Amino acid sequence: MGEKSKNQISLPTFIVWAIALSVTAVFCWILGDILWHGVGQLSWEFLTTEPRNAGREGGIAPILISTCLILAVCLAVSLPLSVGTAVLLAEFTTTESRFGRLVRRSLDVLAGVPSIVFGLFGNAFFSIKLGLGFSILSGGLTLACMVLPILIRSAEEGFRAVPTEYRLGAAALGLSRTTTLWKLLLPAATPGLVVGLVLGIGRAIAETAALIFTSGYVDRMPESLLDSGRSLSIHIFDLSMNVAGGDANAYASALVLLILLLLVNGMATWIAQFWLARRIKS
Amino acid sequence: MTLFNNKNLSPSQSDLVLLWILRGFALLTGIIVVLITAFLLLEALPVLQQVGWLRFVSDPSWHPVQGFYNLMPMLWGSLLVTLGAVILAAPLGIGSAIFCQYYAPPFFSGFYRQLINLLAGIPSVVYGFWGLVVLVPLIGKLQPPGTSLLAGIAILTLMILPTIALTAEASFSEVPTEYFQGAAALGISRWATIRSVVLPATKSGLFTGLILGTGRAIGETMAVLMVCGNVVQTPTSIFDPIRTLTANIALEMAYATGNHRSALFVSGLLLMVAIAILVAVAEGMSRRNIYG
Amino acid sequence: MKKSQLTQNSRLSLPSMQTERLSLYYGKKAAFTDVTMPIYSGKITALIGPSGCGKTSFLSCLNRLTDLIPHTKVVGSIRLDAVEILNNRVDAIALRRRVGTIFQKPNPFPFSIWKNLAFPLKEHGIKKREQLDRLIETTLQDVGLWSEVKDRLHTSALFLSGGQKQRLCIARALVLQPEVLLLDEPCSALDPISSGVVEDLIASLRGRYTVVIVTHNLAQARRIGDYAALFWVRAEVGRLIEYGTVEQIFTAPQQDLTAAYVNGIRG
Repeated sequence: MGEKSKNQISLPTFIVWAIALSVTAVFCWILGDILWHGVGQLSWEFLTTEPRNAGREGGIAPILISTCLILAVCLAVSLPLSVGTAVLLAEFTTTESRFGRLVRRSLDVLAGVPSIVFGLFGNAFFSIKLGLGFSILSGGLTLACMVLPILIRSAEEGFRAVPTEYRLGAAALGLSRTTTLWKLLLPAATPGLVVGLVLGIGRAIAETAALIFTSGYVDRMPESLLDSGRSLSIHIFDLSMNVAGGDANAYASALVLLILLLLVNGMATWIAQFWLARRIKS
Repeated sequence: MTLFNNKNLSPSQSDLVLLWILRGFALLTGIIVVLITAFLLLEALPVLQQVGWLRFVSDPSWHPVQGFYNLMPMLWGSLLVTLGAVILAAPLGIGSAIFCQYYAPPFFSGFYRQLINLLAGIPSVVYGFWGLVVLVPLIGKLQPPGTSLLAGIAILTLMILPTIALTAEASFSEVPTEYFQGAAALGISRWATIRSVVLPATKSGLFTGLILGTGRAIGETMAVLMVCGNVVQTPTSIFDPIRTLTANIALEMAYATGNHRSALFVSGLLLMVAIAILVAVAEGMSRRNIYG
Repeated sequence: MKKSQLTQNSRLSLPSMQTERLSLYYGKKAAFTDVTMPIYSGKITALIGPSGCGKTSFLSCLNRLTDLIPHTKVVGSIRLDAVEILNNRVDAIALRRRVGTIFQKPNPFPFSIWKNLAFPLKEHGIKKREQLDRLIETTLQDVGLWSEVKDRLHTSALFLSGGQKQRLCIARALVLQPEVLLLDEPCSALDPISSGVVEDLIASLRGRYTVVIVTHNLAQARRIGDYAALFWVRAEVGRLIEYGTVEQIFTAPQQDLTAAYVNGIRG
């Protein structure tokens, strides 16, 4: 048995480094490929003109607008619903209460439901049963159902992270729970809410399967929430699968989608910091 | 001067109002879960009543317009592509976490963690697109047509790797570092400590990660739809094109009517049941983790 | 301000609060049972006894903070100015404005010093800026904090020292002009010097407020208390062993247990 020299790399070390480096390499490959092919197509004109020739030429203006509208509908519905539910779960029920456990378990299942199944549900319920048809409204509402578990979970964690002393202190001063919630707990839980919001927006922007049968394929500029609108992700899918010669614009759209996701992340971090700073000062 | 003249102690109503509003919100959330299940059942019911469960496995083929409802090829497709991805992603994901936690130099481990987070945030349609324009032609050179089970496995591996790596890292970070100091004092190598102390201690956490990854792989639609070729057949090699349950829904929903549409909801129901089972298993694992 | 002090002075000899056969249960387990005790207006009542004997639980009954803990049941009677407060028709919120609490660990809100005091005032209906400023200044002077913080009223209260934080919490309770102030071991989380400052502050409240203080420090109880009550655990349930003036509890206790405890033999 010779003594192992320090320079000799053991097999496990080699394997673990190999895994890390190859994952990094593949990641760079994916991003590099999209950046390389997409950045040439990207221009102000691409963002502000309508698609022509089934998307092979022209830009993505109506698609960006539709994406934003779908997202707006989704958040307008899911934000109040999830914060309300989270407050009830975190502030008014104990972790072991039956009601709380029931709601949490159903949220766990909801979180795991594949997006295509949300698409099926959205199509059957919003598009057909409620008669909303293929529309931005149907798509947004379907997405709202889908992001609900993420939003509730992180909002609940945000509220539970607020120290109990604040609640006791507020109660001891004779403040109502409503006041305590609005003025003290909500601001203190904001970082948690923002984290949830980012995850939710991220998932909603990236979503495709749930939107195919709810918001539809139409790539014209939407005139109302009841119009069909094509989201950015569906645009990428359609260009690459159904339109021969659509790859160039698909690359550019994919790049826009990735940049949007990065922007959402950055903005959320910034807002959280800004909010924290303001809360301590005033 | 007295500031607060109000010396009566009768109750205010505002907190009660708040509580009822919050209950309303929670109820709505609950109703959504019930609605989803109810609508899947409702839409799946006609074909289940007229055709029955059995014919989804015993019919000669999947020609729903002609009244043949064999879902087996799609079930095999989903199963194989998921299995392959989990088998590949498990060592890669856990290896990544081990790297981050125990092997990487500090600056690199932070960078690598960010990278895994970014990887988790890439939309599935972008993975699918990259697979379609880069990976599929490469596999095609090896063995045409390129759109295949293998392409699906490769893309899904990349997609569930972050899930597995992040859960694994969370479990590793709960293992006290004293173990390492203790083991080092006994002259035991880093790898031996990981193998004999860390991995057994974090078994259930790692398993939960695998379950979560499996759930994501089964439910994934766009990426497999774009790279797997979507031919309804039971594959005989990894280069054969396949169609998964999810892709089947996405492909046929647009024109399906009557029993055909209903059959697609049956496959949605199947997916939902699979997920519910996985959630139950994961929950059982994490409970064992707490109590055992 | 003068007038309210006058009316309070005229009531000094009356009990401000009175409990009758008060018991508290957490689920099926009793924290303490059958406590009957007066709390005299304008006086300092010290609750003493070993850990886990129900002193803090007793304190939290007095302004119904127990409402916030699930599965608790309070039995018996507590009267504040002859009004029964263990009554569902009594608003706990209005009660807590009149009966303030200071906790063991100082808990300023994550706001500025100024907003820590302005926030409860605003919520209780005082909105005018100059009135707020005046009240905040008088109260901060009252707790001896004004000269230390007047130049940084608008910086976060979380950067204050432990003793300053506790005095801010006392100021936050006092600014609402409560009648009764409940203090749960207010000095035990502080260093000796801050502890002395806070203790002097509490002693200075005598006459203006009815004070109930839980303390582990017998010397402190003796220094600042007018009345003292000894709690003890018997058969796993907290009991009131003896109640009397500080003088009597420390020099002529009726019970052997009290004598043993105050002389440091038991406890």
